[in-house]
Amino acid sequence: MKIIVPIKRVIDYNVKAKVKTDGSGVDLANVKMSMNPFDEIAVEEAIRLKEAGVATEVVAVSIGVKQAQETLRTALAMGADRAILVVAADDVHTDIEPLAVAKILKAICDEEQPQIVMAGKQAIDNDMNATGQMLAALLGWSQATFASEVKVEGDNAIVTREVDGGLQTISVKLPSIITADLRLNEPRYASLPNIMKAKKKTLDEKTAADLGVDVTPRLSVVSTAEPAAREAGEIVGSVDELVAKLKQAGAV
Amino acid sequence: MSVLLLAEVTNGELALDATAKAVTAAKALGDVTVLCAGASAAAAGESAAKIDGVAKVLVAEDVGLSHRLAEPAAELIVSLAGGYSHIVAPATTDAKNIMPRVAALLDVMVISDVTGVVDVDTYQRPVYAGNAIQTVKSGDATKVITFRTSTFDKAGDGGSAAVENVAVPATEGLSSWVEDKVAKSDRPELTSAGVVVSGGRGVGSEEDFKIIKALADKLGAAVGASRAAVDSGFAPNDWQVGQTGKVVAPDLYIAVGISGAIQHLAGMKDSKIIVAINKDEEAPIFQVADFGLVADLFDAVPDLTEKL
Repeated sequence: MKIIVPIKRVIDYNVKAKVKTDGSGVDLANVKMSMNPFDEIAVEEAIRLKEAGVATEVVAVSIGVKQAQETLRTALAMGADRAILVVAADDVHTDIEPLAVAKILKAICDEEQPQIVMAGKQAIDNDMNATGQMLAALLGWSQATFASEVKVEGDNAIVTREVDGGLQTISVKLPSIITADLRLNEPRYASLPNIMKAKKKTLDEKTAADLGVDVTPRLSVVSTAEPAAREAGEIVGSVDELVAKLKQAGAV
Repeated sequence: MSVLLLAEVTNGELALDATAKAVTAAKALGDVTVLCAGASAAAAGESAAKIDGVAKVLVAEDVGLSHRLAEPAAELIVSLAGGYSHIVAPATTDAKNIMPRVAALLDVMVISDVTGVVDVDTYQRPVYAGNAIQTVKSGDATKVITFRTSTFDKAGDGGSAAVENVAVPATEGLSSWVEDKVAKSDRPELTSAGVVVSGGRGVGSEEDFKIIKALADKLGAAVGASRAAVDSGFAPNDWQVGQTGKVVAPDLYIAVGISGAIQHLAGMKDSKIIVAINKDEEAPIFQVADFGLVADLFDAVPDLTEKL
């Protein structure tokens, strides 16, 4: 069984995003970029399924700027077998919308015929939480989003999902799209020998045009602004003072 | 303009708070038709008909629609999509599962977690964990939107919309429900609670979360947790407040032992009054708190619970 893992190169998790002064977007020039944390969890899960003998090949796919090569190398160093980069933008500030990403991934799936697409549930830049669901729709496949546990049993995957009230377990027919939530696993660090080995693994490059996908955005960004700042209040000296302040503010 | 709103229906019951808040947002776009779907949804439909501003209610009952599986729910919505300019829902985990699938089937881009409506095709939404607010204009024929409910007031009652049953398209069973593990709690629901008490890594263990729960129970509050606390196994994931968890905006938010990582602030900084209790005076949480107390939480929280 083949697993495709889509990964996105995003602003590093620990970096605070700053809005550009002209309001055109978030400044990504000279900012540390890394693999989207949820995608890292998806890569880990796919590798574990391979290690467990369920999967035979893990293919990492990234869509975006040329520099996403580095992110794909990270996935290869973690244990993915090969990688495909689909160049769809020249400027790091161009975000390819989930609908276009899903169309590109559909074209890749048509070629590669995976049984599972293991994706992250959400990218921490556009916070859309949409690509996996959209891909499932375009392929006409089942979907299991926000996964915290995945078991493959025959032609089905049994997936436990993180939902508002607690947990829901569903059984999805393969092929399927699964999106990873936070608690699915703890991704490994790539070891130095594996980082060296990853340099020799295959990384194919294509363009969105090669796959016949128009990536023109459907949403135009009118402006990007800093959120209204919240002012720091006061430091109180004791629990008694805190109780008094809360009563004064009518909060309790 | 006409809007189809997918109501939040759980086990046949309408989640009134989330649905009524989404109605407020949807009213700004056009006439609102509410869709209640499920194995049983008639009672939910009756409740939805009473929400002020609802013009019509559609009830879709079919055993295939139980447990809110995305595939049949999306098929149903697409079968009804024809007459509507907007298809919207409150941004719950159910809707976040279903609505992008609907959008892709209609070949339009979904607009997630909308916090403001500028006009019928222009919306505001937070990106980068709420560190930026983007205003986007959609060029698509049908707008598919989820609304972040914490930023909209709940629509009142007093409505008396007509209720109509709709046919449910047959679908192939791509997925099936196995089981739910729903935490039973007498506390209010996190996203609609007036007061929320949250614990972070500083609480130190699942066992010690009892002091957070005790304070919450004293205040009739919901219990929340930071991602760090969830990650460390101190609290279940459905308590998580933040960019990747729930977004809350209660009247009072008490953050205990929470440092205030960007991703946590994204989930609570619209709260009316924020109280932070942390022994590290440098913790970023104090920069957004109205009242900060630099203290050991194991002393301060039981003391506060007693004195309130």
